Amino acid sequence: MDQSRQEVVGVMEFAKLSEEVSGTTEDRVGLTLAQIQSILKAQVLCCEEKMGSQAFSACGCDLMSDVLAFTKPGSILLTGLTNSQVVRTAEMLDLKGIVFVRDKQPDADTIRLAMDCGIPLLSSPYPLYESCGLLFAKGLKGCITVE
Amino acid sequence: MSDDASGVNSPSGNELNYMFRIQGGDFAGAGAVSSRIKKILQQIGTKPDVIRRASIATYEAEMNVVIHARMGEVALTATPLKVHIRILDEGPGIPDIGLAMQPGYSTASDEIREMGFGAGMGLPNMERCADNLEIRSVVGTGTTVDMVFNND
Repeated sequence: MDQSRQEVVGVMEFAKLSEEVSGTTEDRVGLTLAQIQSILKAQVLCCEEKMGSQAFSACGCDLMSDVLAFTKPGSILLTGLTNSQVVRTAEMLDLKGIVFVRDKQPDADTIRLAMDCGIPLLSSPYPLYESCGLLFAKGLKGCITVE
Repeated sequence: MSDDASGVNSPSGNELNYMFRIQGGDFAGAGAVSSRIKKILQQIGTKPDVIRRASIATYEAEMNVVIHARMGEVALTATPLKVHIRILDEGPGIPDIGLAMQPGYSTASDEIREMGFGAGMGLPNMERCADNLEIRSVVGTGTTVDMVFNND
């Protein structure tokens, strides 16, 4: 097993051992992509070496202009859209990764684009509402605070 | 996507100029110009917040050209103090710019909406991101968008 694979396995083992949210930066609480993968029972489509990186917020949305308007850097995006513009949107916003819901899979060109941009792609069997709820319940906040 | 890159030193300091082309209807390639501009701004040490806002606004503008126009050009001018991005297109133009600036107003087709665009947030996003935004348009000819981002 090569070193990068060992690191991913190591992170995933840690995620299984701890059900609680781990890792803080200042007052922000996040989830690693490996934890998100575990919670959402997701398949990693590319950039597996980045599964140790941390997301501090999330956005569940199919409207890319809304994503561009409201999503914070350091977030992950959950969406049912699989076209390449989802990857471009994530690139512009410096997002930590994209989770395609309902087992949706982008085409090879989109995966290749994500690899070029260094954006991890995951695919979860859960629908959008359930996926967002599962992550929210584990402490991953949204991007907008409603007063 | 083709691009011409030239660097010009102006008497007041370093100024970089780049020009890119956008093909209308090219959804597979859409975003490539914005991605290139983002990398250039990173390479020249532009402030991260400026890079982010300029990338978002340019991407929205690029998508507008791909969605609505026949073709477009993006001109990037960067100095240590300022980033100026101009997008000109040949296309239908915008009959009522004030109406187009309203969040939610869109003339995009159903096919565009299925891609996740056409929600009517493009121009409002550009206005929110840019320190200065000017839009000029001639119906039947095209639209020019000038965006300035202060890097001081």
